[in-house]
This record gives sequence, C-alpha cells and structure tokens, in this order.
Amino acid sequence: MIERRPFVQKILKNRKDNLRVVSGIGTSTWDLMSAGDNVGNFGFIGAMGQSIPFALGLAKAKPNYRILLFTGDGDTLMSLGSISTIANHPVSNLTMIVLDNESYVETGSQPTATAGKTDLELIAKGSGINNSYTVKSEEGYEKIMKTVYEEEGPSFIVVKCKPKATPLVFPHSFDGSVSINRFMSSMNS
Amino acid sequence: MAEVTKDWRNDIYAVFKELNITMVSHVPDAGHTPLINLCEKDNEIEVVTLTTEQDGVGLSCGAYAGGKRSALLMQSSGVGNCINALALPNICRIPFLTLVSMRGEWGEFVPWQVPMGLGTPKVLEAMDIKVFRADYKDEVGSTVDAAARFAFNTNRSAAVLLSQKMIGAKQFKNG
Repeated sequence: MIERRPFVQKILKNRKDNLRVVSGIGTSTWDLMSAGDNVGNFGFIGAMGQSIPFALGLAKAKPNYRILLFTGDGDTLMSLGSISTIANHPVSNLTMIVLDNESYVETGSQPTATAGKTDLELIAKGSGINNSYTVKSEEGYEKIMKTVYEEEGPSFIVVKCKPKATPLVFPHSFDGSVSINRFMSSMNS
Repeated sequence: MAEVTKDWRNDIYAVFKELNITMVSHVPDAGHTPLINLCEKDNEIEVVTLTTEQDGVGLSCGAYAGGKRSALLMQSSGVGNCINALALPNICRIPFLTLVSMRGEWGEFVPWQVPMGLGTPKVLEAMDIKVFRADYKDEVGSTVDAAARFAFNTNRSAAVLLSQKMIGAKQFKNG
C-alpha cells in the first residue's frame, strides 16, 4: 500500500515540459495541487465520472503532449464504459493512473467495489487496454515514469493506496472558467 | 448561409465543415445514421462511438481544451444520462454542442420513449442549455448553424432538438 500524496508528488517532481495533467473529482485534485501550482494542471472539483472522457478528448486534440490523468477508484467506477471507448479509439499519449484506496474517503470512507471483488486492472484489460498493470509498492515508480513519458498508450495503472484522508489542497481557482482558460494557455495551438 | 439540400443531414454536415467541427461523438440513433456515415467517410472528422452519452460531454470538453471543436449526437433518451456531466461545460464556460434526435413526441410507437421525450427540453433548460428546435427539413441547416455559432461564440451550451415529425416515427411490426 502506497501513501498517495507523496507518491503523486514524486511522479510530478521535475516534470517535463510536454506533460499536461488532469485530475478527477475529490482527493486526486487535492493530491495534484499538493505537488505545487502549475498552469499545466486541470483539476475536476465536480462532474464525477467525466475526467476519463475529458482526458481522452484532450489527448486526441493534443497529440504532441503527454497527457496524464490522476483519478480515484470512485470516479473510475462511475465511467467504466469510457475505458472501452478509449481502447477502441486509442490515443498513444494518454496514461491514466487510478489512485485506488478502495474507499470513498471524502464522504466517510465507505468501501468501493474495489474493496470487494472488483479489479480495475482486469476491467481495463478486458476493455481492451493491454498496457494495464497494478502497482502496490513504491518500487513501481520507475515503471510508471517510463509509461507516463515513453510508452505507447493508452495505459492504465492502478496504484493501490492507503485509505487515509489527507488535507485538502485547493487549486489556483474554484472557478472552472478560470481554471480551463489558464490550462489552455499552457499549450501551443 | 447554411445550405438546404435534399437530405437535412447533408446540411448539418456542411455546418460541421464550415465551422471546423472535427470530432463527432455519438451513441447511435437511426435519425443520425446518415450524418454519422458522412462524418466517418471524412478523414478530417474523427468519429467516436460512446458507451453512454454522458461521456460525450467530457470528451467534447477535453477536446475543446485541446483546441478541437466537436459535437455530440444522441437520441432524446440519452439526454437524461448527461445531466450531471453538463455541469462541466457550464462551470468552465466551454462551448458545448449537441444534436438530439427526438423520440416520444410525434406518432411514437414505443411507450417507453415517451417519458424522456417529454422531459428532454425541460431537462436541458434546467441545466442552462440553450435549446433550439428544428421541425422542418429546410430549417435544419440554419438552426444547427445558429446553435453552433451560439455555442462557440458565446462559450455556452446549445442543443438542437430534431423533431420526430421531421425524422419520421418508425412503426414497429411484431414478427
């Protein structure tokens, strides 16, 4: 089991110029923001289930950037069909990292399906994403970095995390129009 | 000005080309099929088949963030699937365009289509979507053109309801 926040920060340390990062609703956005403010970040604070299709649209529109999505098991379980869509409309520049703490921590740590019988790596493989694997210790760091920057995507990584609540770290703005325009300004047209 | 041709789907396609809409996502509906086929033949338009309509909202917004204009095609029954997702273009002021083929309103055969058919305009308006409607074939091109310009010029969400009167109600036969 991994401590998610320092692990996200480690992945984003010395990030390359061609990386753009999206995060799904909830703790994933606070984790992303904890790594430091960056115009190349866009964090969801609502619209649960939409971060995966959003990342697909972005990756398709911006093939010259590496797109990294951090999201949770709750957000992912809400849009499992989008994984099939990505498999069948593939993008080589997209890595999805599911920070799987097996619970809805922000609402009181109710268990998600992954605390039970559900395996997101197998769902991604079954959906048609061949480069899908699970990381359970920090030893997976090097492999993840290679996937994020070098491997042909789409890739789907499940990072098993401790179900521990962490302090909220707010983004630059809660106003979505400010966030998206700032994020868009970080990319060449 | 939007053209009027023999098939109103051609008129929609012409709007896509003129306004540089280069991604079209859909959960298919028979009413949209000729348009989907036109888009699939066009190398400049990427067609993405979804598993649920709501994913088309996120997909469209992500594409826009990357500088690509898109449209979501769906049947009225799909509108209900999109409600919470529509918060995304709303709060981010991302232009969002959807074309909805209506069921459950004009000579409908299937009672199950009626609830969402009746609810479609109300649900869209409840989520602050500007609703346009085309009842006649010769107004489809100009209506889609107006809706698309509304969306992309004012950074708002717009829907065009393509009426069942125009599309034609399919009568089912048992056996």
